[in-house]
Amino acid sequence: MDADHTLDCIGLYCPMPIVKTSQRIKELSGGEVLEVVSDDRGIKSDMPAWCEKTGHEFLGLQEDEGEIKVYVRKNPTTG
Amino acid sequence: MSDEQVTLIVFSGELDRALAAFNLANTAASMGMDVTMFFTFWGLTVVEKGGGARGDKGLLQWMMSLVNRGGAGRLKLSRMNMLGAGKGAMKSLMKKYRMPSLQEMIALAAEQGVRFVACTTSMALMGLAEKDFIDEVGEFAGAATYLGLASKGNVNLFI
Repeated sequence: MDADHTLDCIGLYCPMPIVKTSQRIKELSGGEVLEVVSDDRGIKSDMPAWCEKTGHEFLGLQEDEGEIKVYVRKNPTTG
Repeated sequence: MSDEQVTLIVFSGELDRALAAFNLANTAASMGMDVTMFFTFWGLTVVEKGGGARGDKGLLQWMMSLVNRGGAGRLKLSRMNMLGAGKGAMKSLMKKYRMPSLQEMIALAAEQGVRFVACTTSMALMGLAEKDFIDEVGEFAGAATYLGLASKGNVNLFI
């Protein structure tokens, strides 16, 4: 999946991938896609939950040998 | 202001419970929720500066404070503290797995706009003044303030 930005969260555990995602997405323009790379399997459930609450779009995830890439599209109406 | 309130009563003064409270506070703030943490009773020790000065404490309060020194760096584990050995092991594990320390979690929460409120009744009981707390504590209030917020809250926890 093509992403405009990547956030490396390898080695970080809850809550840091979510906290860092929320900080990073503020720097994106509406509609841009952020790829978050994590090896904490909790992110598979946490990121969709975060997206539902914050209004950003969860586009899906790819998992490869414990490395999880999740894709989030920033809400186009939030600049 | 978000329409979703999260209130956390931090009653406990142990490291593990404080970490759980700040984990939730930081996550909720990251989810765009308004978070208020009420520090009461032993929970006040989490946000004390912990300089060890007698300050305005009476004799009993001073003696209590000597066996229950305040400050995020001094908190014990609720289990397996083993005179600090268990706490040391836990801290080194947290470092190994790159988990933020309690002090880092406190700074992060403040940066994310979490409100820190200290309970004035517990402060009086323990002889603590406003100057005895870290700068992040911006409000000093009582139960009605908590209940006013909690009644509008979707998530209210007692830790």
